[in-house]
Amino acid sequence: MGEFMAQVPVTEGVFTWPSDEPHLLGSRCVSCGNHMFPRQSGCPKCTGEKTETVELGRRGTLWTWTVQGFPPKAPPYAGDDNPKTFKAFGVGYVELPGQVKVEARLTEADPEKLKIGMEMEMVIIPLAKDEEGNEIVTFAFAPVA
Amino acid sequence: MSIDVAIVGIGMHEFGRHEGVSGMDQGVTAVRRACADAGVGWEDMQFAFGGSMAAGAADTMVSLLGLTGLQFINVMNGCATGGSALFSAYNTIRSGVFDLGIAVGFDKHERGAFRVNTKGSGLGDWYGATGLALTTQFFGMKINRYMHEYGITNNTLAKVSAKAFRNGSLNDMAWRRKPLSEEEIANSPMLSYPLTQYMFCNPGEGGVALILCRADKAHLYTDKPVYLRAAAVRSRRFGSFEVLAPSIAIEHNAGPTVDASKAAFEMAGIGPEDVDLAQLQDTEAGAEVMHMAENGFCEHGEQEWMIQAGETEIGGKFPVNTDGGCLANGEPIGASGLRQVYENVLQLRGDAGPRQVPNDPKVAYTHVYGAPGISGVTILSR
Ligand SMILES: [Zn+2]
Repeated sequence: MGEFMAQVPVTEGVFTWPSDEPHLLGSRCVSCGNHMFPRQSGCPKCTGEKTETVELGRRGTLWTWTVQGFPPKAPPYAGDDNPKTFKAFGVGYVELPGQVKVEARLTEADPEKLKIGMEMEMVIIPLAKDEEGNEIVTFAFAPVA
Repeated sequence: MSIDVAIVGIGMHEFGRHEGVSGMDQGVTAVRRACADAGVGWEDMQFAFGGSMAAGAADTMVSLLGLTGLQFINVMNGCATGGSALFSAYNTIRSGVFDLGIAVGFDKHERGAFRVNTKGSGLGDWYGATGLALTTQFFGMKINRYMHEYGITNNTLAKVSAKAFRNGSLNDMAWRRKPLSEEEIANSPMLSYPLTQYMFCNPGEGGVALILCRADKAHLYTDKPVYLRAAAVRSRRFGSFEVLAPSIAIEHNAGPTVDASKAAFEMAGIGPEDVDLAQLQDTEAGAEVMHMAENGFCEHGEQEWMIQAGETEIGGKFPVNTDGGCLANGEPIGASGLRQVYENVLQLRGDAGPRQVPNDPKVAYTHVYGAPGISGVTILSR
């Protein structure tokens, strides 16, 4: 094991990384202004064919949520799928004002602490380790303290 | 003028888990039972529409049933595969192309939650890798929001499941035939808050086949024809909240179920108040609750007192999922929508035995919903 462990994003082009203030990358329709996540080429609202990449807002409100209570099947899941060590995680849609509701993991998994309408902020969290010992990271939303 | 369509034969292979029996074999059994029910042979079929999600191309079953040269078209349309096969068969007869044919659906899925093929669903690999590619999460999030907006309680969800297993116990074709108490359901492991293990259906196995013909020839095959008054399939519009969506629009649309339902009622020339019983997609207990309103059978929120008052029980004012639904039967995707129609034909014939809806029901309704945001509705009458 080397002492240096690099952090690599689960994919390129979905969020800005590395960054002190990471943003999700979305698309904005040039014709009607509709926002989409992740980036895509056509607009489902107006059928427009031209979109531009935009950084989405980092804060929003929790629109709905659940808690993933059992390990997702791996593949496709890259995180811990061992029922003995798996930790439940929150999943929700966060409404980014004037843009779009994005689906994301939540850093909170306690139903008592999750409330529809609460303020949330985007963060980057560790997901798994790859074969080279790098830490794979993905995006999530955390309650704003 | 289009031609009226009747269902004159129904066949089903038991739903559940069947070691050593392929999904295709279960489809073949369903076809043979449907033929026997209508008193016809496979050689009488002029056309077939068939599909499965995970058990192979339906048209290869002709090598087991007989190479008669019929027109056989495979249908693959997600959770609406069976509904789409029926829609196609219905319109083939309505348009006068053929007089007699069959719609068949079957499937066999691995155990546990559906493993989502992210590429095949138009999603990036990161989506599954991050732990978001689970249909169960959508159902938890949709009902959680719905409960927040319309005051549906956790106990109502448990009541829906308890009814499903109670109805399933009266159905010898069902997978889960053991009644469970509301406490057992509520206290089973929480899979996707607020939904527990026994509030979810499981991917399963099974097959269903339906034989359709021109209504004016139905008497040749049965004394109790059931008429298909409408069949509609709709996909999602902008702003609807659907399964496996990395994002949803800020603006709201009611979704494909509302569209398919409206189209079907218009086609049939009747309204929700004329329907005597319904089979509604119950992937989980909350789905049945929400789909009651989305299909026009009540206002949002009214389900709470309707279910608490027992209105959706077999002996209630508006029986829902009389055969135990997906919750008791499991969900072999290709067959699931056709199972609902099979049950409604039994009910309208008066042949549903211990789970027969009383007072000679005349109009029955089916609804399927699934990925990636598709709904199919049928309306049947005597
Ligand atoms: Zn647009």
